[in-house]
Amino acid sequence: MTLTADLVIASAVAYVGLLFVVAFLGDRHTRNRHGGFLRSPFVYTLSISVYCTSWTFYGAVGSAARTGLEFATIYLGPTLVFIGWWFILRRLVRISHDQRITSIADLLSSRFGKSSKLGVLVTILAVIAIAPYIALQLKAVTSSIEAIAGSSEFGRGSIEGWDEVGLAFGVAAGMALFTILFGTRNVDAKEQHHGVVAAIALEAVVKLTALIAVGIFVLYAGGGLENIFSRAAEAGLNIHATETFGDRWIATMILAASAIICLPRQFQVTVVENSDESHLRTASWAFPAYMLAMSLFILPIALYGLTTMPEGSNPDMFTLTLPLAAGQDGLALFAFIGGFSSATSMIILESIALSIMVSNHIVVPVMLRFSADDSQGDGHGVRRLILNARRLSILLILFLGFGYFSLTRASDALAPIGLISFTGVAQFLPAIIAALFWRDASTKAAVAGVTLGYVIWLWSSFMPSFASSSPMIAEIMAHGPGGISWLRPQALFGLDWLDPLSHAVFWSLFLNTIVLVVGSLCTSQSALEHVQAAIFLNVSRPGSGETNPLRGSATADDLFLVARRVLGHQRAFELFSEEARQKGTAWSSIEPSPTFIDRLERELAGSIGAASAHVMLSKVVSGGVVSLEEVMQMADETQQAIEHSQALERASAQLRATAEKLENANRQLREVDLQKDEFLSQVSHEVRTPMTAIRAFSEILLSEKDLDQSASQKFISTIHKESLRLTSLLDEILDLSALERGERVWESRATDAEETLDQAMRVCDALARQNKVLMKTASRAIAATVLADPDRLSQVLINLISNAIKYNGSANPEVTVHSRIVGEQYIIEVADNGAGILEEDRERIFDKFYRGRQGEAASYAGAGLGLPISQQIITRMRGKLELVARAQPGTCFRVTLPLAQAEFADPKSDAKLNV
Amino acid sequence: MATDILIAEDEPSILEALSFVLQRAGWTVHSVTDGSAVVDAILMTRPRILVLDVMLPKLSGFDVLKQIRTNRQTQDLPVLVLTAKGQQQDRRIAEELGADMFVTKPYSNTDVVDAVRRLLDVKSAIAGS
Repeated sequence: MTLTADLVIASAVAYVGLLFVVAFLGDRHTRNRHGGFLRSPFVYTLSISVYCTSWTFYGAVGSAARTGLEFATIYLGPTLVFIGWWFILRRLVRISHDQRITSIADLLSSRFGKSSKLGVLVTILAVIAIAPYIALQLKAVTSSIEAIAGSSEFGRGSIEGWDEVGLAFGVAAGMALFTILFGTRNVDAKEQHHGVVAAIALEAVVKLTALIAVGIFVLYAGGGLENIFSRAAEAGLNIHATETFGDRWIATMILAASAIICLPRQFQVTVVENSDESHLRTASWAFPAYMLAMSLFILPIALYGLTTMPEGSNPDMFTLTLPLAAGQDGLALFAFIGGFSSATSMIILESIALSIMVSNHIVVPVMLRFSADDSQGDGHGVRRLILNARRLSILLILFLGFGYFSLTRASDALAPIGLISFTGVAQFLPAIIAALFWRDASTKAAVAGVTLGYVIWLWSSFMPSFASSSPMIAEIMAHGPGGISWLRPQALFGLDWLDPLSHAVFWSLFLNTIVLVVGSLCTSQSALEHVQAAIFLNVSRPGSGETNPLRGSATADDLFLVARRVLGHQRAFELFSEEARQKGTAWSSIEPSPTFIDRLERELAGSIGAASAHVMLSKVVSGGVVSLEEVMQMADETQQAIEHSQALERASAQLRATAEKLENANRQLREVDLQKDEFLSQVSHEVRTPMTAIRAFSEILLSEKDLDQSASQKFISTIHKESLRLTSLLDEILDLSALERGERVWESRATDAEETLDQAMRVCDALARQNKVLMKTASRAIAATVLADPDRLSQVLINLISNAIKYNGSANPEVTVHSRIVGEQYIIEVADNGAGILEEDRERIFDKFYRGRQGEAASYAGAGLGLPISQQIITRMRGKLELVARAQPGTCFRVTLPLAQAEFADPKSDAKLNV
Repeated sequence: MATDILIAEDEPSILEALSFVLQRAGWTVHSVTDGSAVVDAILMTRPRILVLDVMLPKLSGFDVLKQIRTNRQTQDLPVLVLTAKGQQQDRRIAEELGADMFVTKPYSNTDVVDAVRRLLDVKSAIAGS
């Protein structure tokens, strides 16, 4: 078999034809049988391996030949991400399924308040960033055809006269045609392309088999692994990969890890095409295993190529040129098909993913803005427009790649080109991480961060790749723009000791993140951003309530028109029929519920992106801008509800406090009430006794007509005595109650207390004689002047002395009165030699109506008001009346009064004091 | 010689009036002025009826009543209790302790005489049967 360029091209076309058949069958298969094996986790994993492009197939060998083990970082990064799948990937998949996310631009736009601006920004930046990557694939395919053609004895065949650029253009055009045929046949609600995925999976198998076949051939030709390595060592190659770890390692590792998330095609296969979250679990080990298999033979092939191929051969093409050099044409063709596979799968998926972004985030919003006419057409208009937009985007993307290729073709290494793209898309990473994990990240900050990161990327990574074709850029590279050296693209702010790649990665991601974080902390979120952030963060909690911010009135007809424009008549009809069936109403009288509008929005989002779907529906639902206002209002209402409930809480706390106070007051009232009852009952008892006697005797006097004079006289005097007792009792009660309320006002004047005491003793003299009590006077103060009402003071002293006389149970009763001055105090003590007051009565002796056991026993009991009244009076005189404990038997009451000041000392002075 | 009525009352005026009224009605009267003396006086004077004030010094009327009802020699003695108006609680307690009749202070003399007479009649009716 002789290998010619024509044969190679024919094989490539045939291979593409095969892919097309696989894709077609795959589509039909899934449509008829709900997926089957095409939805198995292994097909999913194989489709993810679209990560391994021709850069891996050819470039990794070249990279290994140039810089040793560094190529491994390109696999290590994604491996880490997949091993930790539950951390980021699962979250991404869940959110994207819930929200019908169709692309990375859609993801960011949706999270950041359905911001169209961010969607457009991300789309444009992604298209630019991917251009070098597309160029890389074109270059790889072109180089591989050139390599075969160059080695063929039959020359270039039908590509005779085509230079490298022309060939690349041809490849690009072919790819564009192929991708358009593949990827834009229909607009799917979920943007899933089962047929394409099937073809990609097949390509994954082909490229792996091809690379392993070449690897085995090399092992065979090189006489085993050990031989290859020892020969490389003899040739002076650094096979031990010393000095590998460094800033470049870290930079490429970070880039590869972020690329597996941020590359539009990776997002497409990993997230959008994912039909079952659990597939991630399989992919988490199967995909790293696939990458391991891919990288297994890279180093042997590189080393074998370096030792056997002539000086100056392009190491990027070793995979192809080694079999060619050995005359293994069949293997070489297989290797070519493998490399072609890698390139085509990447180009197809990348341009499909990008075209979805372009149509959803740029074309549709623009179209929505310029078509005020909502009622147009038969519903195919929008769909046709979307498809055409995607076809144009595919052309645009491929020719941007081609343009980049033709401008930078002077550089012949593949790997650095890929890393430029990686650095570009890595600028989405901070925003994505923030979208998934940080509630406070704001749209403005995200836009600013991504933009700044991009500007730095353009300056220090993208632009330098043109240095070989533009002297002006080379000049800027060397001295900075206009000679400003700290703006040199690869030594920004004077940071010139880093490798250019690490330098670009560091500055772009660092400033990007800083702006995002600081910006988010400084700006506030809009209501819609707030709602979306909450939805994104709550996604890991299943069944968490998600309210559609779009509310309001919309007629079913309006909604149907919108749905038909985007989804097509068939799908829209199905949706509305289902809703009608669920609601049990006629088709025409559906009243769109928020749930239905929400569902419709997500369905539309699947076709035209979240932001566009939102804009489109809000035009219909209550017409135009109402949605956002409603959102704001909702937020306000929520805030009000929160404030209201806080106010309620405060109010109820106050109520509780009030209730407690009331309860206390009530308890006190009950106590007072009880005291009052007790008082009344005691008063009634005290009043009843004299009343009984009075009534009994007056009845006797009334009924007994034959009473003798002396008896009736005696009875009348008893009645008189009892009525006096009654009167004095009532007086005492009133007196005490007035004293207690502070109503009694008397004049306190300088009073000779000794004289008052003498008077009181004289008054009691008769009572003492009557009771046969001996009145004794112990030592007395010479003179004492106190501020008092002499009558009141006398009342107290008489009460105390008469008590001492009346309640003295002793056989030889004595009452001793004693007075003295201690410091500023005048003290009177009245003591008896009776039984004394029982311990248990001492505390209550000043209580109203309390008479103690001895008091009750006495033949003539008072009402029990004397002591309380006396105490009140002495207290009003700023003095103290107390029961004194004594060693000898008997009771001793002590009155302590403050001596009057000098100016009042003269009892005859007119100084008066109202107390 | 047995007495007709024993009065236990600490207020001298009331005691005097009571004695006078009951003696005028034809009964012989004996009296004590504190609670602790009541039971002894009953055993000594063998009254046909006891007029008992609730508020007595040393031993309250209730305690006296309790003693009377637990002592086999005195448990059948009819007891007229003098209570105060409005002291419903007192009246209930006295009833439970076995008081036979109540008169509320301030009473009308005829009420007391009627009550004593009725108690004596009941007793003599029982004795006669």
